[in-house]
Amino acid sequence: MSPDLAFLAEVVVGGLLSGVMYALVAIGFVLIYKTSGVLNFAQGAMVLFAALTFVSLTERGLPFAAALAATLAVMVVVGLGVERLVLRPLVNQPPITLFMATLGVAYVIEGAAQLAWGTQVHGLDLGIDDTPIDLGGVLVSRFDLFAAAVAGLMVALLSAFFRYTRTGLAFRAVADDPLAALNTGLRLPRIWSAVWIAAGIVALVAGLLWGARLGVQFSLSLVVLKALPVLVLGGFDSIAGAIVAGLIVGAVEKLSEVYLGPVIGGGIEGWIAYVAALGFLLVRPSGLFGLRAVERV
Amino acid sequence: MDALPLAAPRPRPSAGVLGLAALLVLAYGIVPLTGTSYLFEALLTPFLALALAGLGLNLLTGYAGLLSLGSAAFMAVGAYAAFNLSLRLPFLPLPAAILLGGLVAALAGLVAGLPALRLRGFYLAVSTLAVQFFVAWALNRIGWISNDSPSGIITAPGLVVAGLSFDDPRGRYLFSLSVVTLLTVLAWRLVASPTGRNLVAIRDNETAARLVGVKVARTKLLAFAVSSFVIGIAGALWAFAYLRTVEPAGFNLDRSFQILFIVIIGGLGTLRGAFLGAGFIAVLPLLLSRLGAAVLGDGFDSGTLEMVQRMVLGALIVAVLIREPAGLAALLDRAGRRLGRRAA
Amino acid sequence: MQPALRPVRSGPEGRRPLPRSAARPAALPVAGGSPHRDRAGLVLSIEGLSLAFGGTVAFAEIDLAVGAGEIHAVIGPNGAGKSSLINAVTGLYAPQAGRVRIGAEAFARVPAGRLAALGVARTFQNLALFAGLSVRDNVLSGLAAARRAGLGAQILGLPAARREALAHRDAAEAVIGRLGLGAVADRPAGRLPYGLQKRVELGRALVARPRLLLLDEPMAGMTATEKAEMTGFIRAARETSGAAIVLIEHDIGVVMRLSDRVTVLDHGRRIATGTPAQVQADPAVIAAYLGLADEDADAEAA
Repeated sequence: MSPDLAFLAEVVVGGLLSGVMYALVAIGFVLIYKTSGVLNFAQGAMVLFAALTFVSLTERGLPFAAALAATLAVMVVVGLGVERLVLRPLVNQPPITLFMATLGVAYVIEGAAQLAWGTQVHGLDLGIDDTPIDLGGVLVSRFDLFAAAVAGLMVALLSAFFRYTRTGLAFRAVADDPLAALNTGLRLPRIWSAVWIAAGIVALVAGLLWGARLGVQFSLSLVVLKALPVLVLGGFDSIAGAIVAGLIVGAVEKLSEVYLGPVIGGGIEGWIAYVAALGFLLVRPSGLFGLRAVERV
Repeated sequence: MDALPLAAPRPRPSAGVLGLAALLVLAYGIVPLTGTSYLFEALLTPFLALALAGLGLNLLTGYAGLLSLGSAAFMAVGAYAAFNLSLRLPFLPLPAAILLGGLVAALAGLVAGLPALRLRGFYLAVSTLAVQFFVAWALNRIGWISNDSPSGIITAPGLVVAGLSFDDPRGRYLFSLSVVTLLTVLAWRLVASPTGRNLVAIRDNETAARLVGVKVARTKLLAFAVSSFVIGIAGALWAFAYLRTVEPAGFNLDRSFQILFIVIIGGLGTLRGAFLGAGFIAVLPLLLSRLGAAVLGDGFDSGTLEMVQRMVLGALIVAVLIREPAGLAALLDRAGRRLGRRAA
Repeated sequence: MQPALRPVRSGPEGRRPLPRSAARPAALPVAGGSPHRDRAGLVLSIEGLSLAFGGTVAFAEIDLAVGAGEIHAVIGPNGAGKSSLINAVTGLYAPQAGRVRIGAEAFARVPAGRLAALGVARTFQNLALFAGLSVRDNVLSGLAAARRAGLGAQILGLPAARREALAHRDAAEAVIGRLGLGAVADRPAGRLPYGLQKRVELGRALVARPRLLLLDEPMAGMTATEKAEMTGFIRAARETSGAAIVLIEHDIGVVMRLSDRVTVLDHGRRIATGTPAQVQADPAVIAAYLGLADEDADAEAA
């Protein structure tokens, strides 16, 4: 491989792997959007909250497993609480109202997280070596590979859940047609609770991986801004879309940073993914895999 | 012909109009005479700029139902455009520079609104986020926008209109007040017009609006342009009358959210809402710091205050959306009606 | 079912104007006919219209013709494709075959944005009011297509804009008065009881004096009194404006009293067209309704 090509491959692989991390956050959105039509802006705050709780517990001497279990429990409570206290009273409101409510929730969770655990930056060490390994001439971070594996595992678990469990099947039915699901006696509130718990758990996983990457601090909640272009591209309602779009966004971001950045100025990763995703959407309004709902009159 | 209803303006002259007149007398007459510099500089001028930004966003989000998360970007465009115009075209009177700054912001809004022709709901909100980030990037990276000042900081020229200096706290307040009054009147004319009706129609039912003949695409673009124009002028006030030295970070995503919160708390789809919401947002930190100091004493530092404020604000947003989606404006209406009934 | 009575079409293109008998063959011999049958007088003519969503057929090869001043009911069991037909006529759905003629213009897909300009107005099965606007503003919004004054003229209150606003206000007040909505004219439409909301929607459709009015279940969920009132309003609308009216309605009693002609759909197919009496006696119609064994058929038998 020529050095140029090897460099390109490295950039692409690096991009794809960070794309996995984006997808990890985006999946949390998709879970909730699919069942209740809510774009949960608080997902980023939940990621921050989970990471901050976990790191603070370990710093206070709790062993890894115990801290993980405790954080898991906290996230379940947070997910349930948001669903019960905020979303349920707003059922049947327009999506824009629900979205604004989750903005409020994000503020509450961010404030609470930092009020409880402080605002300083915490390091988070998951015990994974971050030395690069050489895969056929391309240097790849071990940590990124690990993160990708975790993300893959989580997708596999979620898919299995939806395919083989009663609640999972009910979830799919609700996603396909809430009204019909209601008529056949599925208990929507229970399913909503379940997906909010699931979203809390996804936030925990994303929080640990992102926290280990960036350090646990307020800016962690801004990963939500990384997930949005992924959702626009992949469709708000498709887990497969979130993964593929995450990979694309990751690669596009890195490629443009390396090859476009020197031309038009650095720091473009803040918006290039948005522009790319929206540009794609203008050509294909239903996104990569998202379904376009037939307008009902 | 006497059976025909007269062409009365829709809001009939009533207690509301009297109240408005009283408010104007207070704002133009009593406050300038009695207010302190602190009141003008720390409270009233920023209140006016934020209220105007809220007014602009309310036209888009409250009336036309199009959610924008990029208000701060349009404020920035208005501020930096007015700055550049007054810098590079020194013969331009200041009001003209601010007006043109607003028009540049309107143009930016038009561009940001173009996706509205193909995209709806969240997709559109995300596209306004793209504008937010792009503008933040441009202010930092494109040198001429800030006249090559390091990290994009600009210092606004003095407020001098037709030889008359408004360059003291009271003057800056009066200047802001006049701009806000003028634009509020125009916004009121707009929402009371058939076009204003069309805005609400596409919000409430786009399909039905299209079928009765509302030009949906054109109306959406108009909403973006007008809203961004007003927000751009608000940005210019923020830079020229309030801070006078601004940096790009002052127009970040948090500012966009702040303006959205002003609109939600004050009342979506009412002009008063922007003022009530902005007043609330301006007073909230003072209230909380007093309260916190009283309860916790010295333990209540500025960091804690910020977090508590964040939580209170978030909780309020949720509470308003659940309990009173029409915000403070509706609460006020109800209180007024109750008072009226008691008086009767 | 009587397949033999359905039109035999040579091809889907239907470019040349079909002879009258082929364009709208009656499933039943039309005795006497009505005064609106000649092509020139037709306000709406649907020719071989077909619509499917994916593999599901909403309706197929529908022919329908409505003349000025005619009330034409479209009935059929749930899922027969009635609402889809109206949605296709108003451009919300894109049919795969056939065409819709409105006045002199023919469309493969009706442009929804031009509908009001074409003189077509409709109501919706599920209310589609502007909930945040007052009743008066809802009715006024029915004149959106007739507005000429520009934004600047509106904001500055120029004479032309004021004259127009005044004229539109008069038109709206007249409709509001006719429909007995005067007492609630300033209330937000979304806060009214259901029956009144239906009436507001009718007002929004009537105010522009359409030549074609499409009413999708205007009386669904109404009490007997409300239905009687609504029937009166619809009849009055025909008399004052001479509009052609297409009416979807489940209450067969109302349909029989109100309509000049009736078209029956079943599973997306037209199984009969004729006067109320003719349709009522049609074996295919009776079969379709008895097959569902609902009270409508019983009511008819009584």
